[in-house]
This record gives sequence, C-alpha cells and structure tokens, in this order.
Amino acid sequence: MDDYASSDSEYTSYWRDWFISSRGNEYFCEIDEDYLTDRFNLTGLNTEVQYYQYALDLVTDVFDMEVDDDMREQIEKAARHLYGLVHARYIVTTRGLAKMMEKYKQGVFGKCPRVICEAQHLLPMGQHDVPNVSHVKLYCPKCEDIYNPKSSRHNSIDGAYFGTSFHNILFQVYGTLMPQKTQRRYEPRIYGFRVHASAALMRWQEERREELKDRLRQRGIETGFEEEDDGDEDLESEDDEVDDDQEGIDDMFEGQMQAV
Amino acid sequence: MSSSSQTPESWISAFCSLVGHEYFAEVSEDFVEDDFNLTGLQSQVPMYKEALEMILDVEPEDGTEDEEEEEEEEEEDDDDMQQDGDRSYRRADAAERRHLRMASDLSVIESSAEMLYGLIHQRFITSRQGIQQMAEKYELGHFGHCPRVYCHGAKVLPVGCSDIPGQETVKLFCPSCLDVYTPPNSRFQTVDGAFFGTTFGCLFFMTFPELEVGGQKPSSSAQTTDPLVSGQSPQPESINGIAPKNLAPGLGQGNIYEPRIYGFRVSEFAKTGPRMKWLRGRPTDVTELDECKVWTQSQALHAAAEGLAPPDAADLADSEMADDNVEADEGEEEEEDMDVNDGEGAPSGTAQNAMFASLPQQDVTARRKPSRRRGHDVALTNGEGGGTALSVGGAG
Ligand SMILES: [Zn+2]
Ligand SMILES: [Zn+2]
Repeated sequence: MDDYASSDSEYTSYWRDWFISSRGNEYFCEIDEDYLTDRFNLTGLNTEVQYYQYALDLVTDVFDMEVDDDMREQIEKAARHLYGLVHARYIVTTRGLAKMMEKYKQGVFGKCPRVICEAQHLLPMGQHDVPNVSHVKLYCPKCEDIYNPKSSRHNSIDGAYFGTSFHNILFQVYGTLMPQKTQRRYEPRIYGFRVHASAALMRWQEERREELKDRLRQRGIETGFEEEDDGDEDLESEDDEVDDDQEGIDDMFEGQMQAV
Repeated sequence: MSSSSQTPESWISAFCSLVGHEYFAEVSEDFVEDDFNLTGLQSQVPMYKEALEMILDVEPEDGTEDEEEEEEEEEEDDDDMQQDGDRSYRRADAAERRHLRMASDLSVIESSAEMLYGLIHQRFITSRQGIQQMAEKYELGHFGHCPRVYCHGAKVLPVGCSDIPGQETVKLFCPSCLDVYTPPNSRFQTVDGAFFGTTFGCLFFMTFPELEVGGQKPSSSAQTTDPLVSGQSPQPESINGIAPKNLAPGLGQGNIYEPRIYGFRVSEFAKTGPRMKWLRGRPTDVTELDECKVWTQSQALHAAAEGLAPPDAADLADSEMADDNVEADEGEEEEEDMDVNDGEGAPSGTAQNAMFASLPQQDVTARRKPSRRRGHDVALTNGEGGGTALSVGGAG
C-alpha cells in the first residue's frame, strides 16, 4: 500500500488495476466500473471518506487536478479507504461473490494453519463492519474458526473492507463449496496416554457435539460431518469404529503397563 | 567437519544455528555421552558410531587423539617390541580411513548425525535439563504464537504428531486452544516432527503448571466476558490437576467464532450453519469438568427421581459412562498432582509411566460406547474399571 509513490506517474490511469495488483492487496477483487459509478452503491460513504469526490474520481480514473504531493498522498489514502469500503459492499453482490469464489478456489487467501484441516482454503473476513476497529482475519470453513494472516502486509488491512457477512453469504450462495466437517482432532498425550485435564475437557466438548448432532437429526438436517450422513443405520457402528481405533492405541499401552 | 579450522563452535551448536533449526535445543554433551540415553538408537541410524562421533566432535583421524586411543588398544595387544612399526602402520590406516570418509561417506554420516541428533533431541527435551532449556526458548517466544485469533497470541511449542522419524514434519501445539498448527514459515517444513516427539508438548505444561498459557487478551474482549464471570459460581483452585486459568483459556464463551450475516447469527439449523463450536467450547463453570462431582450430583438426582426402581436402558448407559470416569478419577487425582510437582526427567520413565498408568484405563472405559454394553450390570463395569486402574497403579 505504501509503495504507491513508485507509480505516481501513472496515477490517472487504471487506478484499480494498480491497486489490486499491488503487493499486499491480493485479497481484494476488482470492483466493476458500473458498480462504482452507481451512486446508490456508495450511499453514506461520503461522510466516511475524506476528500470523497476526489477519491472517487481517482478510483474511477477521472481525477485530473494538479495537486501538491502532500495533498495527493491524502487523496490517495482516501481512495484506498473508499475502495475498501465499497469492496465490502461489492463482494456480497452476485458478481463480487463470483469473483471472490474464484480466488477462494485458487487458494489466494491462504490455507488453514490447523493441522487437522489439511490445508483447507480460507476466506478473508472482518470482525467488524465499521472501519478502524480490527484488521482482516481469515475464516476457515472447515473448523469454522478465524486466524491471523501469516504475512504482516495482510495483517494491516482493515477488516471492514471484507466485513462480517461476506464469507457466510458466500457459503449460503455456493452451498456445495462448504467442506465437510471433521470430528478428528489432536489429542495431547504423554508417553501415549491422554492427559486427564485436557481429556476431560475434550469429553465435555464431544458431548456438546453429540447434542448438536441429535438436534440436527431430530429436524432431519444433515450434520455435515464426514463419514456421518451416509445413512442413519450406519451411524452407531461408525461411532464404534472410531472408538475401537482409539481403544486400540490405549489397549496396546495397557498391555505394556501390565507387563511392567 | 572442517578439522583444520579453529572454530570453537561445536557440531551441535552449528546444527542448532542453521536456518530452520531454530526450534531445537542444544543437547548437552553429557547427555549424549550417557549411553543410557542412547538406548535403542544404534539400530535406527546408519553409520551410528561415526554419526555419534560427528555429533560429539570426536575426530578419529586427528593425529594426537588417534594415537592415544591406539595406545590403549595396543596395551591389550601387549607387544611392546613392534609398537613403533605398528603405530606407523596404523597412522597410514587412519589417513586412509579419513580419506575414504571425506570422499564418500561424509554426506551419509552427516545425514545420519542429523537423524541421530534429532532422536536424541526427542529424549533430551523430556529430560529435566532439556525441558528447562526449552522453557527458556518458550519464554523468549522462539517458537512463535498461535495463529488463532481468539488465542490472542498465546505462545506455542514445537511438537511431533509421531515419534517415528520420516512421518510428519514439526507442528506447533497451542496450550490455549489445545490444537496443533503448521508452522507459518516453510523452512520448518523440512524439520522432522519425531525430533520433538508426541510427549514433549504435554509434559512441558505439566512440568511448568505456573506458566501463564493464555495470550494477551485485549481489554475490549475482557469486558464482554465480565458479565459472565460475575454471575458465575466460585471457581476451584485446580480442576483435574491444573489451574482453571491455564485450562485452555483461549476456548469457551467469548472465544468462539459466531458466524453472522448482517448482524444476525447464522442458525445451526441452516444448511451451512455452524457445526464446530464444540471444538472451541469450554464450560464457563469449570466444575462441570469435575466428572466425579458431576457424577455424584447426577446420582443424587437420579436416586431422588427414580427411588429404588430399576433404571431403564438409556439411563443405565449414561450412568455407566459416568461411573467409569469416576472410578479412574479417584485413583488418578493424587497421581497427577504428584507428577505436576515432580517434573521428573523422562526417558528413564518407569516411575513416570506408572504415574500415568491409570490414565488410559480411565479413557478406555469412558470411551467404551454404551451401545455395546447396553443392559450390562453397572456394578460389574465399575469393578472392572476401578480394579484394574488400582492394580496397575499399585504395580508401579
Ligand atoms: Zn481450519
Ligand atoms: Zn491457540
């Protein structure tokens, strides 16, 4: 974002191209000219953005005023802010969603750092819709948790430029993209044995999960967990299989213990 | 192995200062020289002897050292007359050996040495001395921070998901959410997870129970949890052997992502609604995790509700599970506390293993699905679980 100075000379042409191809702006998609020029879509932003008209002119490549460097820097900053705020609105439109969906599929937003999620692709999101409150985070649809971007150049982007709704709307619209959830998890162990404090917590969590599954089944809704929704009759035996595996590990150690 | 250079740096510290090796502790030479710590490694590492020499910076081709060693050998031969001739012969032999080594074996030995160091390292960091060194690195933030937003930058620890080399690369364990993450930098994706092992992560936090494992919570999020805390029943000093504030502080209410669309929560009954909140859940009142107490209460309720009438199948299954937990818990509570205070060195392990002996018992029985035993006698299950746990503990 800060290296705009290097392309000062061409600031009147294709500002949006420059913006989305700048290092650090990989999360943004290009907003259509049509969308930007429809005043309805910008409702309320004039009070939010300084030098609103200049900023809008710059973003739409019609800014042609001679201003000093200081002023241009201010307008430039306002233009980036304006673009971000419009972006948050644009990406929940049909076209915006489609563009972001493509980027998601390509893994542009990175992969979930959680080992069990097996490099699930992420989506950018904000914890607030109001600017200047929090930075952009990454949402993993597999573990449904949010993570800090790895790179500091992404960590400084305002979360409001993506907003709190976009990633949830994307999966409502493209339901088939929602990955299956997994019940597998990391189990802290010492010499092969579970540790009581964390094991007790995990049992508690798994009870909550079973309660959720019961609620869903009562309403005839798929649970969304892998190896779970194939058929109701298999459910119990599948549960048993999972447990058998876990017991297998423990039984092994149990045997060793008794030998000692 | 630049034998001619005068660098005081040992192989071990050179290895640990390589890019990508930032997570490693420097295993002390004492530890490597103690044969007990190397038990069983000889068969796992090719060119074991040479690899070990490399790690310890023992250079058999170095003239003076070699002669000393050979003199000892010669005493066994005890043929003083031929000593001079012998020595020159051996010296030539040593030169030849060195030549061979330099030419072809060096890279094999080098990689064997790395493997051997890694396997020793796995044991070292669960010893008193090694875990202390890792604690210093942890405190300095050498291992980084949890990427999860709600962990607020909690410090993480390198762990393996397997103890067998060649299976998985090193991962990072977060004590605040009890989950494991891939290191952010790709340079760690060549580091074998077995060099840290599966035990170290947990053992570390049991050894240093006083470490604050939560990250830096911003004041705004503290406010949101305040009302909950105020209306909450008093929390115990310790739950299942650890202080509540160190039991997954990054989980629970206020630390679970709540999906919203235009400010409205997405219902769990929506097709793409939330399904994973359990994974980040934690009871606001940690006494819910005191399975012993919970069971006692549920038994009391049960007795009040049912009188002396026999419970039906479903109820039986429930109480059966709870029963098992309780039996194991009682034996375990003291043992776990013992361990926390002890923080004993690891690989020698028999005593320590005995301390955990009751743990798997508990988990096995607790996890046995009620469906398979539905209708069995509660008392019998109890007797089984409790009895075995006790006898195993007693044996150690
Ligand atoms: Zn994930
Ligand atoms: Zn965490």
